[in-house]
Amino acid sequence: MLITLLQQLRRAVVIARKDIRIYYCKGPVVIFGVLLPVFLFLAFVVGRDLPIDFMMPGLLGMILFFTATAISPAVAPWETQARTLERLMSCPVTIPTIILGDILASFGFGLAISVVPILVGLAIGVPVHHPIILATAIVLAAFCLSSLGLIFSAPPTSMPSTIMMLSAMVKFPIVFISGIFIPLSQLPAWGRGVSYISPLTYFTDIARHCIQGQGYLPVTVDFLALGGFTMLFTALAIRLHQQTMPRRL
Amino acid sequence: MLQIDKMMPTVRSNSSAAIEVSDLTKRYGELVAVDHISFEVKKGEIFGFLGPNGAGKTTTVRMLTGVIKPDGGKALIMGHKTGSLKAKQVAGVVPETSNAYVDLSGWDNLMLMADLYGVPASRARKKATWLLDMMGLAQRRNEVVKTYSKGMKQRLILAMAIISDPEILFLDEPTSGLDVQSARLIKELIQDLNSAGKMIFLTTHDMDEANQLCDRVAIINHGRLIAIDAPEKLRMAVSSVHSVEVSFDGEVSTESLARLDRVEAVKKLGDKYRLYTAKPGEVVVSLVNRVCSDRVRIVSLNILAPSLEDAFVALTERKAK
Repeated sequence: MLITLLQQLRRAVVIARKDIRIYYCKGPVVIFGVLLPVFLFLAFVVGRDLPIDFMMPGLLGMILFFTATAISPAVAPWETQARTLERLMSCPVTIPTIILGDILASFGFGLAISVVPILVGLAIGVPVHHPIILATAIVLAAFCLSSLGLIFSAPPTSMPSTIMMLSAMVKFPIVFISGIFIPLSQLPAWGRGVSYISPLTYFTDIARHCIQGQGYLPVTVDFLALGGFTMLFTALAIRLHQQTMPRRL
Repeated sequence: MLQIDKMMPTVRSNSSAAIEVSDLTKRYGELVAVDHISFEVKKGEIFGFLGPNGAGKTTTVRMLTGVIKPDGGKALIMGHKTGSLKAKQVAGVVPETSNAYVDLSGWDNLMLMADLYGVPASRARKKATWLLDMMGLAQRRNEVVKTYSKGMKQRLILAMAIISDPEILFLDEPTSGLDVQSARLIKELIQDLNSAGKMIFLTTHDMDEANQLCDRVAIINHGRLIAIDAPEKLRMAVSSVHSVEVSFDGEVSTESLARLDRVEAVKKLGDKYRLYTAKPGEVVVSLVNRVCSDRVRIVSLNILAPSLEDAFVALTERKAK
């Protein structure tokens, strides 16, 4: 049992490596992964007199969110369209292994790209008071948001554009309800209520705690919520793909 | 002859059945795509799976390779339940509509498959080098697959299926649409793999291919198995459908040939006519008499036994009626 589990884990890493080589390691994807959230963020902060340590947690959250969900929703439709999925499914791997592989690829990409704003922030003197907490939060959030990306790809279509449209419809509202542009403390009660349904809220709150010195919620609550969302999204992504993947053929 | 047995160890096991299928069923809504089929394939066989488009061939292969789940019945691959990791581990698959990863090189595609099947790296490298060489792809091994021709891609896909040294190979239309050289190479490879002890489950539309390669064939139509036997025995089952193939040096109308005694049907095939009959000897006599009375001469004349294609058509049409 344990040997089988380890074997499947190793094969999930093989699938992740394949995804990274084929779908992620492309110049436009990397550039787009950084530029889109940066410009979106700038559109909201330029002209407003905001301190850099306030902006950095939001920017970090947006970059992590957009990169972790940028490519993962499109991998399954691409594989369907390229007629490589049936071969993958006939290999000695389970559907959870395939999904875990796709999540790991997105997770790795999200982590790698999130280093960019952190390095920029450090270079311009943004303080990080709790680097270990921030690093742990980035790892957890990257996995959580990658799992969310895999949920978007569950509909059994071979059209990546359909999935990207669907994911955009969810992604952009999430950005606005997650305390990125307006901190949780300044939101009305109903706004805070809505923000709690977004996993990004908890990551941004942890980032504010680590960079600005204080968040709105206790860090433990943020981590518990992020962990809960991670388990929920991963389980849901696997469950949905188990139902829909055979219908892609 | 390809030197396949050097890298493919001969399969040895006690049980004689490689595939055991019992009451296998798959439904898509109201449609019963595969309807309670049962059969057994022995180790070491090349087993042909024939049927018209939409008959249920690919659905059956997908159930056997664990890509989709059956709605009823069961199938065992080398004693393992279909869809289980063990069943997948012992099988190599060339799906009908499959492709290699076109953004990876031929070499990387092979290494990917080896990793997914857990083949140790040193053995995988040795095997991949040998396979690429045997498939005539060694010169292009580091080029991305999108630059390969269709024949090269199909050879690579077959190499990807056998890099794990599977005991059973599922080949769904492996030579469909290929040039003569690639198709011939793949047929030779199938025979050599079989000689090395591999069981081959071959889905094909090509009756000549099935006739040349298969020890036994099954014919499926509307989701049901309608025949399963050796190609020769199936041909004999429709032995009433003989034909006389004749060509003339002048114009002869199809209608006048159809009026000859004992002729059941006439087909014009290029410059030849095929006369279907249960009594070919009597038709030859009628033809010769006819020629004596007309001003045409016979250029060629052959009596043909029913082909596997005739058997296939006769069996599928008979069941349809």
